[in-house]
Amino acid sequence: MTDAASQLPRPVGAVPPARKSLLEPDARTRRRNAAETRFRAYGIAAIAVAVAALAWLLFAILSDGASAFRQTYATIPVTLDAAVVDPKGNRDPAEMSKVLTLSYGKLLMDGMKSYVASKNIQIDGLDDADLKSFLSEQAQANLRQQVLDNPELVGQVVTVPALTSSRIDGYFKGRVTAESAAADIKTSPAQLALADAMKADGALVTRFNSDFITNPDASETRAEAAGLGVAILGSLYMMLIVLVLSLPIGVAASIYLEEFAPRNRLTDLIEVNIANLAAVPSIVYGILGLAAFINFMGLPRSAPIVGGLVLTLMTLPTIIIATRAALKAVPPSIRDAALGVGASKMQTVFHHVLPLAMPGILTGTIIGLAHALGETAPLLLIGMVAFVKEYPSAPPEGLFDPASALPVQIYNWTRRADPAFFERASGAIIVLLVFLLAMNLLAIFLRRKFERRW
Amino acid sequence: MPPFWIMISVLALAACAYVLGRARAIRSVDGNTRRLHSRPGYYAWNAALFTAVPALMLLLVWTLAQPLAVNQVVRGHLPADVMADAESRSLVLADVQRTARGLTAAVARGVLSAGEAAALGADDAPAMDRLAEADIEIAKTPEVLAAARDYRRINSAAGRVLTGLALILALGGMAFALMRTTPQFRARNVVEQVVRGLLILCSLIAIATTVGIVLSLVFESIHFFRLYPWQDFFFGTEWTPSFGGGSKLGMLPLLWGTLYISLIALLVAVPIGLFAAIYMSEYATPRVRTWVKPVIEVLAGIPTIVYGLFALVTVGPLIRDWIAIPTGLGSSNSSVMTAGIVMGIMLIPFVSSLSDDIINAVPQSLRDGSLGLGSTPSETIRNVVLPAALPGIVGAILLAASRAIGETMIVVLGAGAMAKISPNPFEAMTTITVKIVGQLTGDNDFASPETLVAFALGLTLFVITLGLNVFALYIVRKYREQYE
Repeated sequence: MTDAASQLPRPVGAVPPARKSLLEPDARTRRRNAAETRFRAYGIAAIAVAVAALAWLLFAILSDGASAFRQTYATIPVTLDAAVVDPKGNRDPAEMSKVLTLSYGKLLMDGMKSYVASKNIQIDGLDDADLKSFLSEQAQANLRQQVLDNPELVGQVVTVPALTSSRIDGYFKGRVTAESAAADIKTSPAQLALADAMKADGALVTRFNSDFITNPDASETRAEAAGLGVAILGSLYMMLIVLVLSLPIGVAASIYLEEFAPRNRLTDLIEVNIANLAAVPSIVYGILGLAAFINFMGLPRSAPIVGGLVLTLMTLPTIIIATRAALKAVPPSIRDAALGVGASKMQTVFHHVLPLAMPGILTGTIIGLAHALGETAPLLLIGMVAFVKEYPSAPPEGLFDPASALPVQIYNWTRRADPAFFERASGAIIVLLVFLLAMNLLAIFLRRKFERRW
Repeated sequence: MPPFWIMISVLALAACAYVLGRARAIRSVDGNTRRLHSRPGYYAWNAALFTAVPALMLLLVWTLAQPLAVNQVVRGHLPADVMADAESRSLVLADVQRTARGLTAAVARGVLSAGEAAALGADDAPAMDRLAEADIEIAKTPEVLAAARDYRRINSAAGRVLTGLALILALGGMAFALMRTTPQFRARNVVEQVVRGLLILCSLIAIATTVGIVLSLVFESIHFFRLYPWQDFFFGTEWTPSFGGGSKLGMLPLLWGTLYISLIALLVAVPIGLFAAIYMSEYATPRVRTWVKPVIEVLAGIPTIVYGLFALVTVGPLIRDWIAIPTGLGSSNSSVMTAGIVMGIMLIPFVSSLSDDIINAVPQSLRDGSLGLGSTPSETIRNVVLPAALPGIVGAILLAASRAIGETMIVVLGAGAMAKISPNPFEAMTTITVKIVGQLTGDNDFASPETLVAFALGLTLFVITLGLNVFALYIVRKYREQYE
């Protein structure tokens, strides 16, 4: 600015009000600073909301599901009457297996009755139906299996832990109360009073429930016996198929596209295809599996092989994108050096580039597998929702046996009427999240341990 | 031999070929490998590849083609009146397959001997009784039984031919490769050509998948539109499927539910995700960033079934008891609001991490210019960074929208199954994906419009999401080029 300009007379009214100090902001500056603070606060609030939502979600699932890992058992003496269990009296398991499960139910019922009588428990309104529904229907089947496995037990008085019904179990987990029991046809306040009495006596124990991890699914009326065994096995089989198919195919496709492919129509088409396949809704892959693998090729429904193939197709784009990023991250100087000492293009890629890209590829693959493990929608369409009580046999034949999968099992349980199944579903989610956490930690570990910065 | 064991045998042969090829190459130069054209390993790989690749290709193609061919032959053996219409045809074929599987199971469990199974007639009462006792399902009609016998015979014959052909091909390939193993043979070049071919084959799977999706959707949709007029499907406002016939399959209520839920999800996810991204890229210290970014991205790693259960058990009852019932707007556990909010939470990381990348891609010089002129950081962001990043952010939002439209488990568990068009967000409504699951879960009859409509819905969904994705990717790519 020149002196002349500064000496020009200022128009009246445009003169800023005199300020006492430059350090004291005027109204406009204060407004702008307030806007700045607000804007920052919005950002912090947004992050807080996102983190709070995550915490709420995890808290809700963990608090609902943790109790699925504990189960209430009744330990009462049961007389295994030889006349009932082994009518022929020869202790031959083949003969004894003709005795129906119902007969064992009568033995358990007698055990309950004599227990109540021996402890002199007096409860108003306690009838036989309460005693009968106190124990799970599964308890009879378990007792029968125990006797068949060990015929020596016949005629003795055994004290085995017997599964209680889901209502009794729920009572000790706070899900069932005396008020809710009065309105529930499956239990009664008298039954709960009996449970209290037995608990005081030490005949009811709530302890860690390993059956939840290993047992197969159980029918609608036996929530207390339902487990995740078949689902975990089915998910494991599918993950094996996905790993075996998608890792080599994905890596091969990425190597071609990243290292060899000329720029032409075909490779452009492939690129566009992969980008779009990564964003196709997963349920569309389910439709593909139903139409192509089940209807067209005639593979069996509910089989891990079909689930594995569908999830492979779904995971491939993820793995290809991750692998290409890993290959791209290897600096060109490595390739140039290898080519310079006389390696062929193929030798350069397989001997030098691929080993250096391996940590990135494995990380991408594990994250792809984790996504596949949690995927539900396509599996619903290929019949994995079926009720499966038999464990699939060992691979390769077992890949064609009906099985369930962890996320589908969760979905199945949410569809059932008994509220005890919601606890099971939340418990199953904890198992699923533990698997996912383990896989992600492995991926992070691989990345930290082997990642190289160039 | 089952295909799995054929595969194992072929691979075992390939391993032998590897050893033999290497040994032969070394022997042909008396141990002086410098006289070979390629390193000995390449001769070994050459032999192994020529043994395994043709045989495994044959195995793959044959396994895909055999069911089709066998069905074609069996079809010819069934009486013409059964095969007249598509519905009874598929039922009968399913029956034939079930019977054939039953017979195989009977032989495996020793209920029938192999000879008995091959000659079983409908009038063979004792054998039928034994099958019934063993709980094995067998069709009783003579035609179906005969067809099932044919089915088994052709299948086992085809299996034998396949075993023979695959092994011959493997051995032939091995002999061919070993014969060519001479010091002058350019093993490395051949192996690299073959490997390159295999790589190309693998990358074509992406195209095959897309073609498979499009074909399976289009064929069954055409099938559906033959049974049900397309105008009524695309413009019908009523969705009342009934397997007895006379169902109304209008798509509009489902589309309404889908778009309404997606809109609420985006209203939740976009402001939160965008502000989180702005804070993390413009304000946060590196330390905060390294902690907060992964935590938010955990939301993207949680399976959707978990969000579904969260909506069903926690959010649904909360919204019903605290908002819907007090205001009298609804009384249902599942509602558009429930599904929308939970889906919005799921979408936060999609919006935030994509926007984060895009905001980071805005050149620093733009920010420096604005700050140098005296703007506050928030004015810089609002007036300079965001307008510059806008196309990319729109792309990110479109990608999130396509996720929301295709999302299944949250809406299956959280939105309900009532197909209706209503502006009230506290009512249960349903979406395209829910109805696809509903119509295709359980036993399906692939000749009725009620089942086939799922394919038409799937096609609609595919087209909508594909359109959004292509558009979004185009915008994002265009934007990236602008600043590169």
